[in-house]
This record gives sequence, C-alpha cells and structure tokens, in this order.
Amino acid sequence: MLKYVAKRVLLGLVTIWFIASATFFGMHAVPGDPLAGDKATTAQIRANLAAKYGLDKPLATQYWIYLGNIAQGDFGISYTQENRKVNDIIREHFPVSATLGILAIVFAALGGILWGALTALYRNRWPDVVIMFLVILGISVPSFVVAAISQWSLVNLNQGVGATVLPIGGWGSIWHMLVPALVLGLSTMAYLTRLMRSSLLEVVNTDYVRTAKSKGLPATRIFSQHQLRNAILPVITVLGPAIAGITTGGFVVEIVFAIPGLGRYFVQAIQQLDYTVIMGTTVFYGAFLVFMVIAVDVIYGFIDPRVRVDQ
Amino acid sequence: MSTTELTPEDFQPLPTQQTAEQLTRPSLSYWADAWRRLRGNPRAMASLGLILALMAFVTVGPVVWTVDPSAQDLDQIGISPGADRSVTLAQPFTPWTLAQRLAATTLSPDTDLRLAQPATTQAVRLVWPDAGTSYRLYRNIFNPQDTGAFGLPLADLQQPYFEDRLDLQPGTYFYTLVTLDPAGQETLMTQSLTANVTRVISIAEAKARGILAPDEPGEIGAALELGWHPMGTDYLGRDMLARLMYGGQVSLFIGLLAPLAFVLLGVIYGSIAGFLGGMTDQAMMRFADFVVALPFLLFMILFKVVFGIGPGESGIWPMLVAMIILLWPAPARLVRGQILQIREEGYVSASKLLGATTPYVVARHMLPNTMGVILVTITFQVPSAIFTEAFLSFIGMGVAPPTPSWGAMCNEGIKSMLTRPHELMFPALMISITVLAFNLLGDGLRDALDARMRGTEE
Amino acid sequence: MAYPTIYATIWACFFRNLPISTSSPNKQLAQFFALAFIAVAALMFVLHYAGSALSGGNQNAIAVDPANNSIAITLREEPPQLDSSRATDAISGMVLGHVMEGLVRMGLDDRLEGAVAQRWEVTPTHATFWLRNDAKWSDGKPVTAADFVFAWQTALKPETASQYAFLLFAIKNAEAINQGALDPKKLGVFAPDPYTLVVELARPVPFFAKMLVFPSFLPIREDFYNATQGRFGAEADQLLYNGPFVISRWVHGASMTFERNPHYWNQDEIHLDAIHVPYITSDATASLNFFKDAKIATTGLQAENLTEAMRLGWQIRQHRDGTVFFMEMNHRPEHPTSNLKLRQALQLVLDMDELVYKVTKLPGYEPGVSLFPGWLMGEAAPLRQEYPPTRITPDPAKGKMLLDQALQELGLSEPPTLVLLSGDNPIASVQAEWVQQTLKTQLGIEVKIDKQIFKQRLAKMTAGDFDLVLAGWGPDYNDPLTFGDLFASWNKNNRGQYNSAELDALVNKAQSNVDPAVRMAAFGDIQQHLIDNAVILPMYERGVTYVVDAKLKQLKRRVIGPDPDFSRAYIETGSD
Repeated sequence: MLKYVAKRVLLGLVTIWFIASATFFGMHAVPGDPLAGDKATTAQIRANLAAKYGLDKPLATQYWIYLGNIAQGDFGISYTQENRKVNDIIREHFPVSATLGILAIVFAALGGILWGALTALYRNRWPDVVIMFLVILGISVPSFVVAAISQWSLVNLNQGVGATVLPIGGWGSIWHMLVPALVLGLSTMAYLTRLMRSSLLEVVNTDYVRTAKSKGLPATRIFSQHQLRNAILPVITVLGPAIAGITTGGFVVEIVFAIPGLGRYFVQAIQQLDYTVIMGTTVFYGAFLVFMVIAVDVIYGFIDPRVRVDQ
Repeated sequence: MSTTELTPEDFQPLPTQQTAEQLTRPSLSYWADAWRRLRGNPRAMASLGLILALMAFVTVGPVVWTVDPSAQDLDQIGISPGADRSVTLAQPFTPWTLAQRLAATTLSPDTDLRLAQPATTQAVRLVWPDAGTSYRLYRNIFNPQDTGAFGLPLADLQQPYFEDRLDLQPGTYFYTLVTLDPAGQETLMTQSLTANVTRVISIAEAKARGILAPDEPGEIGAALELGWHPMGTDYLGRDMLARLMYGGQVSLFIGLLAPLAFVLLGVIYGSIAGFLGGMTDQAMMRFADFVVALPFLLFMILFKVVFGIGPGESGIWPMLVAMIILLWPAPARLVRGQILQIREEGYVSASKLLGATTPYVVARHMLPNTMGVILVTITFQVPSAIFTEAFLSFIGMGVAPPTPSWGAMCNEGIKSMLTRPHELMFPALMISITVLAFNLLGDGLRDALDARMRGTEE
Repeated sequence: MAYPTIYATIWACFFRNLPISTSSPNKQLAQFFALAFIAVAALMFVLHYAGSALSGGNQNAIAVDPANNSIAITLREEPPQLDSSRATDAISGMVLGHVMEGLVRMGLDDRLEGAVAQRWEVTPTHATFWLRNDAKWSDGKPVTAADFVFAWQTALKPETASQYAFLLFAIKNAEAINQGALDPKKLGVFAPDPYTLVVELARPVPFFAKMLVFPSFLPIREDFYNATQGRFGAEADQLLYNGPFVISRWVHGASMTFERNPHYWNQDEIHLDAIHVPYITSDATASLNFFKDAKIATTGLQAENLTEAMRLGWQIRQHRDGTVFFMEMNHRPEHPTSNLKLRQALQLVLDMDELVYKVTKLPGYEPGVSLFPGWLMGEAAPLRQEYPPTRITPDPAKGKMLLDQALQELGLSEPPTLVLLSGDNPIASVQAEWVQQTLKTQLGIEVKIDKQIFKQRLAKMTAGDFDLVLAGWGPDYNDPLTFGDLFASWNKNNRGQYNSAELDALVNKAQSNVDPAVRMAAFGDIQQHLIDNAVILPMYERGVTYVVDAKLKQLKRRVIGPDPDFSRAYIETGSD
C-alpha cells in the first residue's frame, strides 16, 4: 500500500507540473494586458511596471524563473493586490473556503445518502415523489438564485422574529457557515441523491441480494452490508473531485454572503489577468485535486475488496 | 390410498410434439426488449411526450407566434402577464419651452405646487410659487403620510419649475416639494401634490409600433391598446414568449448535445481505462486530472481566441467543442469506477474465457450495467450545461446579444426577482421542465435497459 | 430553513412505524441518521472554532451603535494596497481619505480648505505652502514638509511604477525623473524649514492647489517607509497615519476597522470613535440585505429596489458622482465611423432621454448633453451655464438622410455592420442592447455587440479594435481640463484616435494660458467642437441613489475627493 501511495504521489507531481505549464502558457496566450488600467499609462510607466513584474523578459525565461520559484514554494506577488504575496493570499483564504467546503460536502454527502436511500426504499411512494421533486428543483435552479433567495429569506426571518436568528453574511462562527454551506452543497446533494437511488435500485436486483434474501437473512443485514456498501461506490467516486470542485466553485456563495474565501480571488484574478494569482491558485487547487483523487482511490480499496487499483 | 391400475399403455413413449419447441412469444433482441419495456412505462412515455412538446415549442412556436424577440417595447418595460395595456393618442412630445414655463408660472402665482398641464407618461410638468430659495422635489408611488418618507429625490432645483420624465408609469404619483435653506439642508416647509398619470403615445409612434394602421389618420384622444405580451416583457420591453421560444433553441441545443457528447466521450475513455487497468489506467486518469485542474474560464477565453470567433458573433459550435474538451473527465472517472467494480463479476470472466475481445466485453457486458449511473450523469449535466452557456456569455462565448438563451434570461431575471418575478420564473420553469422530462426519461431508460430485467414482464 | 423541517418529518415517520414490509431498513436508516447528526454536530462544533479563529472578529458590529459611538459600513472591494504613491482606485482613495490627510482637503461646503497646510500661495512659477505645526503622525511625531517631499519623490521614482505619476508632471523635473533621466532628489520641491513647502512649477498651473486633493500627493514619512522594507501599505501595521482615523485591524478580504486617531490635530471636527467594515462584497443585493438587517449604515440602491425602498419608508438620497459616460467612436480611417455624416446620423437617432428615462430609470442619471458634466465650474458659475452646449433634438428622418449621404461618401451600397465593444457588467449590457436595437430599427445599421471582460476590453480599446465603445470618465481634479484634454491627439485615453488640429490648438490654449476667461472660453469652444463634429456621443452623467440610516448625520458625498466620507459624520439618536 505504501509503495502504491508513493507511486501515486510521484505521478501526481508530474500531473501538477503539466497543469502549471499548460496554465502558464495558456494564460500568456490570452489577449489582454495585465498591466493595463482604466486610464491609459505612458510608455515609461508601463515599462516601469513591466520591469517590476519581470514581464519584459522573454516568455521562456519567465517560465523557467517561475518554475524555479514554485519549486521553492514561492508563488510571487499579486498584480492587483500589490504588496501581497500569493502565498499569503492562499494561506489566509483557503482555510475559509475549505471550512465552508467541508461543511458543504458533509451536508451533501450525508443528505445525498439519506435521501437517496429513502427514495429507493419508498420507491414510488410519497417520500420518493417529494424528494425527487426537490431534487429536480435543486439542480434546475442556478446557485446564484438559491443564494439570493436564501439570503432574502434570512433577512425576512430576522425581521419577523425581531432578532438575528442567523447572520445573513460575513464570517466568524458556525452560524455564519450553515446557510452558505447548505446553498453550496445543494446541487451536489441533489446529484448524490439521484446517484444513490439509481445504484441502490440496481443493487436490489443483483444476484447476491436475491441470494441473501432467499437464504433468509434479515432485511437489516442485507441493507447495510450488501446494498449500501455497493451502492456507495459511485458516491465516493464523485465525492473526491466534488470536494475539490466545491472549494473552488464557491465564488457565487462567497460574494453573496461576503465570505472571504479563495474562490472570489480566483475568478477576479482571471478577469483582471492577475498572472501570479491565477498560477498560484491553479497550481494549489491542482495539487489539492490530485491529493483528493489519490485518497478516493485508496478508500475504494477499503470499501470494495474486489477492487484492487494497485495491480 | 387407492392404487391406480397401471397399464402397458401408460409406459408408451410420448409422441414427438411439434409444438414443444414453439416459443410462446417472439424472440426479441436486447434493444427491442428495452423499447417494449419503455413503451409500457407510463411516466417515461409522458416524459417523451413532454420532450416532444418542448421541441415543438422552440421549433414550431416561432412560426405561430411571430413577434420579434429583439423588438423593444419601451413603453411596457417589465410588465407582468395580463397587465393593463390601454393607451391614449396624443400630440408628440415637445420640449418645454421657456415661454411655456413663464406662462405657467405667471398663471395664478399664489397657488401651491401644481401641474402646468395634465400629467401624461410623456412628461409631468410642475410649477410652484417662486420664493427665491432652492428646492428639492420628491416623488413617491405610496402616500408619504402612510410610509413616513417622501420617496425618490428627483432633483435639487433653483427655479420654480420642473419637468419629470423619469420612468413615468400610468398611475398615481405623490410629489413633495421641500424648501431648502441657504446651506442646502431641508427645512420643514413642504408642499404636496397628487398627480394621476395617463399613458399616451403619439400617432407616429403608434404607427411605428403597429397598433395603428398606416393609412388611418388617428384621432387625438382615441383609446388604443399597446402590443399584447402574454407572458410579459423583460427589462428592455422584449416579449418573453418570443424570447423563450428562441432561447429554447439555443439552450436545448447546448443542453442536450453537450452532455450527450462529453458524457459519451467520458464513457469511452473511462471504460477503456477501467478495463485495461495498471499503468495505462494510471496514465489515463492522471491526464483526466490534468484536464479537470485547468482553470475553466481561462481556457474558455483561450478557446474563443483560438476558434477565432468574431466580435458579436454567436460561438455555439466552438463553445460546444470547448465544453466537450474540458468537461469529459467527470463522467470518465465515474464510469471507470463502475468498470473497476464490474470487472470482477463472474460473467465477465466467463465471457473472456469464451474468447470475447475487449471491446465486445466492454460494450456488451459492462456498459449496459453502468447505464444507471451514465443516465443520471447525463440528465444532471443538462441544466449545468445550460447555465455554463449563460455564464460564458459574459466573456462573449455562447450567443451574442440580442439572441436570448434560457440561462442568460435567468441571469438577467435575478436582478428583478423581487419586483418582477416573472422575468426569472418563466425561463427557470422551462429549464425545470426540461430537467424533469429528462430525469423521468432517464429513469425509464434505466429500467428499460437494465439487463437483469430482460425478459420479465413489468 | 426547509432542511430541519424535512429532517424532523422523516424522524417522526421513523418512530411511527409505517406499514412497509422493509421496516428494518427504516431503523437502519434512522440509526445512520442519528449517527450522522451527532457527527455533523461535532464537526460544526470544531468548525465553529476554526471559523472564529479565521474571522475578522468584529461580527457583532451593528449599523449605528450610539453606545460605542461607532458605525458599520461595507466596501465593494478591498483596497489593493494603501501606499498612497501608488493608489489608483476609488476605494483606496476613500480609505486613504479617512486615515491620511494631505496639504489641502475638500470641506463639507465643497470648497478647498487647508488641512496640513494652513495657507498657501500659487504663482505662475511657484506654489508655497505653510504647514501647521500641530499636525502629527499616529506615532506622535509631527508631520513636516520633508514628508511631502519624500512622498512626491517616491511617486515619481520609476521603480515605484505609479500609474498616476503624470499628475505630478506640473512640478519641475518631474517628468524627467519619472523617465529615469534624473535623480529623484532633483525634484522641484523643497522644505526650507520643517513647516514650509516650496514647489517649483514646470509651467503655470493656476489650479495647482486643487490637484493636491488626489491621494498621490499625500505625505509619507521616510524612516517609516524604509523600515517596512517594501511592504509599505500592505497591512494595517505597515502604515503610518496622519488622518482622523487609523486602521486598527485589517483582515484581508474580510473586514477592516477604523478607530479614532488620538494624535489628529482637528479632534473637534471628528465625532465618531470607530468605523467598522464587517463585510466586503461587490454584490449590490447582498449589501442591500445587510442594510435591511441593520448591519450596515448605508447602501446603494438599484432601479429594481426603488419600489421596495419607498414602501419601507426609507429616506432615499441622490448624489451625482461626477462621472460622464459617452459612446466613443473610432476615428481611424479604415472604420466607417471616421465619416462625419455617419456619426451625425447616429447623433440624431440615439435619444439619450429615452435611454435614461425609460431604460436605466434611476433618479440622478442626467441625459448627457456634453463631455463636460454640469457640476464643473467655469469662471464664476457652472461652465455649462456660461457656455451652454447646443441641444441636439432627435430627428430620425434627417438621420436617415445623412446616413445615405455618408454611404455615398464611403462608397457603400448598404449600411455597414458596426462592432460595439461593451463590458461585462449588467448596466453596460442593457445599454449596448438598446443602442443595437435603436440603430437597427431607425437606420438599418446592424450592430454586433462584442462583450469582453475587463482586460480584454482594454486591450481592444487600445488597439483600436472596435467601431463603437461605451466608455466613461471620472475627474482626477477639479478643473475642466481633466475632461477637456481627453480627445487631444496626444492623449493616450483618446482610444478612437480622434485627430483634429483645431481641437489640439484649443486644448493647448486651455492648458497653458493663465487667464481664466480665456481658458473657460477655450473649454466652451472644445465643447462645441465635440458636438458639431460628433466626436463622441455623451450618454449620461451618472448619479448614485442610496439610503442612509436615519441616525447617521453629516455623511458627505463628493465628486472630487474621498467618497463617501464618514470622517465628519455623527450619530444622533432620539430623532426620526
């Protein structure tokens, strides 16, 4: 197992290097001048700025300098947030996104498993219909609408009660995280519910369940030991990248609820062509994703002994 | 217990029955069987019907409802379905001349704030006695005595007249004129006026909008009706129904084609990776990770440049290609996981022992058993693709204005969600219906394609 | 909200033993659910402490707090950094306006008044400032003329790469220093004694004192700057303050806190003890929600919120923020818009009244009539009062006629397709669509909308890759020249590359002549030239609609200078 993990980590580093390179060249290929401002600058000022950020060197030179810096863990200084190192930006804001993301994933996973199991158990009865209706709503309403509606409802709730039941934005306590995490995890929860239901229904028809039933095993054991375990694999598959995706994709929620997370910086960096932040966040997220995928593959082996990925 | 007498005839061999080998029902292939089961599923058939209705809505709809989706009816901005459309013909708007203003102010100069002429949606002209100070004019659609506030500050004025032309809607306006002290602060001296605004339109405008026949002279004061918008209008006065129809063309195209395409690609990729295993699997999956980790927005911009989409042109096909290139890893990983599981099943080994080639085993045995997961993924990517297209319209990919799309209409509708909910609800409803239809169809397909249910009667 | 209800319902179902054959999996699920609930609760407990460790800490701030004499506001964005020699954006300007003070400032009555400088004198060759002797930095040391000398030298140093260095080019040797040709110490600014500042001007600038409101002219103390080793302005403790407030806490991206500066010389004018910024968000609706929830003291309103604001009885206010928005056209020869008649056709067909009154619908927006906004002062009265621009009345028939003539001149058989470059914000999109539809129905000109995000739009503008573009301009200083020189052929902001010797001559006159009458007349001529030649199409002057908590008084909104300005605000309770 250890050798397997080591091999995976090595491969992961290679992947990260590819990601960094592709993003670097892609970023420089996008039209637009990262140093341009609303008010035009004179040639001299522009040259001064370019020299400061090392943009006056040929592209290949910049690339090697940058790789060298990354290897030492230095992502440089942000173009828009001058004087602020990208390392600091990631260090200060990623934990916020991660905390929010973890809570969102936990809600999504537990909710997805629970509702999915319920719909499969009560197939075609009212819990199934109600939950499926909510699932459809959950994925066909875009996240910014859900975020806006939930914030508006909170405002009305607070005003109706006359005191702050839940804060409508900001960051600092678990109460600030609850609603944004729910909003963030909503579409993943809907997806997982569907997946869970689908794979549970399939498993019901498999031979080993039929065998177990005909053997006379109590329904309890069948459910937990056979059905749940087997049906959960697709959920785990989705969860790995979903964790990475939710921590990056949270920018709508971060803006609406004024949460100082990394997602906001990432999107704004692309709009502002802030090269260092784009590279820093991409490499960081890439590394995070690679790690999550490795973790998922390892967990696979524990849940389903037949699946051996380290052949 | 009585014993039956056994005779030698009892031990005669039975004659060959030709009918023994007769099948009780015709032999069906896998697909025919699946189709039969699908037909028998009422919910799936209903969803098929719904999908056909949607297709008809976006293709045949525009032929029936011929309103131009980009025509801006600026007199009916953001109206809800069923709003009042009546309008009166009047003289065209002319600027308020100095002479007219002087005439109005000199007429009975001692009265309070009053209208210089009847209030219409072209202009509300107010005059008041000149006390030599400056004033601030407020306008409210609620009575200030009820709400306790004056309303919208329209302007700070030095002269004793004002022409209000801001967003004039038929109805009642409550104007309040507050006198300012020399320092510019509000005093307690106020004058109020209630004005009833009537909607008017000039003859030329009526002819241009098509509500008055070109050869009709038109009578001042005649009552007409503005254009009918059965589902209301958006923030620029464009007909919602027409925009939903045209928008559906784009959204359904992208929403259906893109997920089908990239899930298909992902399925092929993932099944190959899962089946082959080992180093190939690792390499393929690491490539998938690489694609996922690339910043989506950045590369979309790059694709836009690479595909050379001109300014203001709709980049539907490039966007489709770009989405396929960037979004296939998720289904690939999912399918690979399933394949890894199924690979160990008995029938796979049996098939291999019988000499089946890899593609055959994958296509014939493994993929049908992953159908459930694949179908769920496709149906769930439909709304995601629609919203991605809406999001990309910000960078100029996707459709160029004024071409609508359901996702873009949702984006725009959210701003006025509280005051004009219909702008958001109708496109969101269309998306929800599409998603519902495909979910039900996906369910039905999964049941129909489930190999284990083959040959059974539902 | 809905989730606890659903959970509770399911929970209730489990204990009511529904008559389903698979009842044991129910209990299974119930047990799973109970375990999950406990696990989530534990996780939430842990995350609570993780969250509060990461937070800004002032989550209990309320909009107006009479007990603590503080208010809470929100910022649209975080200031990128607070080094005044490099600050460019409005948010930085607003923050710096509260924590720093320059030689002069704009008073509550919108007149220039002394701040660190008590009095000053401007001649054609020199500007002399006499500083007060009780202005202090937040560490107690006095503010001296040397601090201004150092700050201005730093702003001009090439290594600083300040984008607003050009504002200092009125000072002798400034331009050469910025190009690296001279040593910064050669700048024409001297401090003969600690409380006198003498500035040598490169050319006569009668309004020089008015320019000093801009953040680039704020003082920086040399020893502190050097001690921060390149991190000056990056954190709250990497700044030295001489204004009414200090930044006591700055959690990037999350919150800021301003507290009263005990060393500030003008304590009598400052009434608030603290200003909290608990939220930083660019979403206008979120900001409005915070206001409704009584968490912040002021917020802007959009057109969609006006009805609700009126219904709730809020005191709505309006403020013209001084910017002018116009449609720039490409005057390069290969573009159809270089043809005068075509431009005049567009001028006659696009009715800005319709745009402002029917499409944008915000009070405070004034349909554009000229490049110069209405608030700019001329000699004694507003410039537009002294030199009224000719009004263009929309005339579609005449516009069509001019279009036909233009097509003949251009040698085209049918109207050309024009590319309209637009930004990605919603207001610009709406206006672009209106322009597109109007030109199509009135003139038969097809307009393609080229939507680009910020940096790409700038790149295209600079490269001249557009026919029409929606642009805006805000004033840098309080003189018509900040607008007047925009379309001189040498101005880099003249993205359409309009080139007219006549206009250039007028701009030169306005720039170099000292006689105010001559200058204002030149501006009047520039205004007329722009209208007659349809160089641009003024669209509107922007106004901000906003609401303020009734207990907060004397919040100052400005056109030039920090906006909004809370420094002289105070809390008044007991009134409605």
